[in-house]
Amino acid sequence: MMMKVLVPVKEVATVEDEFEIDGTSIDDRFLGADLNEWDDYAIEEAVQLEEDGVVEEVVAVTIGDEDTEQTIRQALAKGADRAIRVWDDALEDVDLLDVGAKVAIFEAVVAAEEPDLVLTGVQSGDDSFGATGVALAAAIGYQWGAVVNTLDLDADAGVASVHRELEGGIEELTDIDLPAVLTIQTGINEPRYASLRGIRMAQRKPLEHQTLADLGVDSEAVAGNLRLTAMYEPESESDTTVFDGSAEETAGQLADLLREKGVAQ
Amino acid sequence: MSDILAIAEHRQGELRDVSRELVTAASALAADTGGDLHLAVISGDVDAFADELSLEGVDVIHTVAHGEEFNHDVYTQAITQLFDELAPRYVVAPNSVNGLDYAPAVATRLDLPLVTDTIDLETDGDTLIATREMYGGKVETTTELESERAVVTIRGAEWPATEAGGEPAIEAFDAEIDEAALGSTVTGFEEVAGGDVDISDADLLVSVGRGIDEEENLELVEELADALDATLSSSRPIVDAGWLPANRQVGQSGKVVTPDVYIAIGISGAVQHVAGMKGSDTIVAINTDPNAPIMDIADYAIHDDLFDVVPALIKAFQ
Repeated sequence: MMMKVLVPVKEVATVEDEFEIDGTSIDDRFLGADLNEWDDYAIEEAVQLEEDGVVEEVVAVTIGDEDTEQTIRQALAKGADRAIRVWDDALEDVDLLDVGAKVAIFEAVVAAEEPDLVLTGVQSGDDSFGATGVALAAAIGYQWGAVVNTLDLDADAGVASVHRELEGGIEELTDIDLPAVLTIQTGINEPRYASLRGIRMAQRKPLEHQTLADLGVDSEAVAGNLRLTAMYEPESESDTTVFDGSAEETAGQLADLLREKGVAQ
Repeated sequence: MSDILAIAEHRQGELRDVSRELVTAASALAADTGGDLHLAVISGDVDAFADELSLEGVDVIHTVAHGEEFNHDVYTQAITQLFDELAPRYVVAPNSVNGLDYAPAVATRLDLPLVTDTIDLETDGDTLIATREMYGGKVETTTELESERAVVTIRGAEWPATEAGGEPAIEAFDAEIDEAALGSTVTGFEEVAGGDVDISDADLLVSVGRGIDEEENLELVEELADALDATLSSSRPIVDAGWLPANRQVGQSGKVVTPDVYIAIGISGAVQHVAGMKGSDTIVAINTDPNAPIMDIADYAIHDDLFDVVPALIKAFQ
């Protein structure tokens, strides 16, 4: 059986070392944009399954405005076959797209695409809810596994044998019935860099824009009831002694400290 | 109703620390709402766990005896049935790997909003006010949720553990688990952090992170570890990239270490890393970014390029 994989990906904001907060967000001047790190591993896993001949189509989907097309093109350049970008005027005013809203949108995409497997990152590097994949699975009636760092797919038996990375260096070995949603942990593979050829090919791959109406999703369903009311830099909990000076001077002060603590001679 | 339902966590026969922290967080919420704290213990030796969790602030413990180890379908079914019976205001779960394997499903099934990875929680009766981090700990946010009911997960080691004993009622809850709906089977566990080196034994750790940039630059920190007679460890990205084996990884998914001195080199200090090393006696951070989260827990810091400081430090010990 040849399978189809859907990979929900997200463009995340990246923050410079030095930044300023403007209201409840970081000032645009200090923000960049990138494909979410965990989703990069999910795309790679899906593309490898296609290269192994287990999967016949990899479809990437994202929720984002027109500017995010450059990010989802990265997924196409790395080997996804086509992409869907969901955006709608109704989403412009939502300041925190909560898990329920994302699930409502991806649920409609799953209904249209009918994938056998959904792979997405464990979490996103910006708001880190870590919940979309499992919440989606429950909504669409698929099985699921969170924080997967090894995936072995038996398409004929309809089973994904995975390792789930638990805390403290322990992995749980689990067999999961398909269809399933798996959230992918970093380190499961080595994400490729997009080749020049891949980048050129990505320009010709289908990237379809869909609105909430196209998907049959009510704009009420994405309004959510979470509000971000404050953002601030965390207060430092410890009194840090900062060594100042040239590298030789700071290294000298650190050497003195290590000798004083008796851990180095 | 204004009750709180918290879900205990255990693994391979032992309660996990976060269970006692959950009691602290959830009993504070119950005090805010004026309701009772119900604690659910699902699977495993539930009676022994209930004994251990008879803690101050817990009003009722509901035991669900079904299976040994965690199964997300059993948890999801048991919790949704407990919810139907108790109609709590908030369901509180740990923000652990297993917590994130059922809490989102519970929220979806019950059509409730979900707030994960909270580090502080309060409620004024109508609104749940959660403190969360964003951008890997660079900022903290206040998130307000106006909903009569919700599912919330709490980050480990943010609340103190409740140690004082209490006398909750212990009730067996007869959950109807639909075996046919269990779509996953745990076949075993594997320890990945084994091997020749035990970083949790070291007195002095030289620990390297993403700031090292290239695999060939590792030589530099290896040389430093040699000069100091220290043990080399790392943060997650170095192990993900395959530059060091898994037994060198410090953090939530790696080892927890408590050396006399921990030297973090080019490590930003993501929460998962900090969870594995904050118990070190003395923490030294070498990083160009003075705002990196590691600086919040560092006792000593050098805000400079590791490629300048590390060679100078090696020289100081030759």
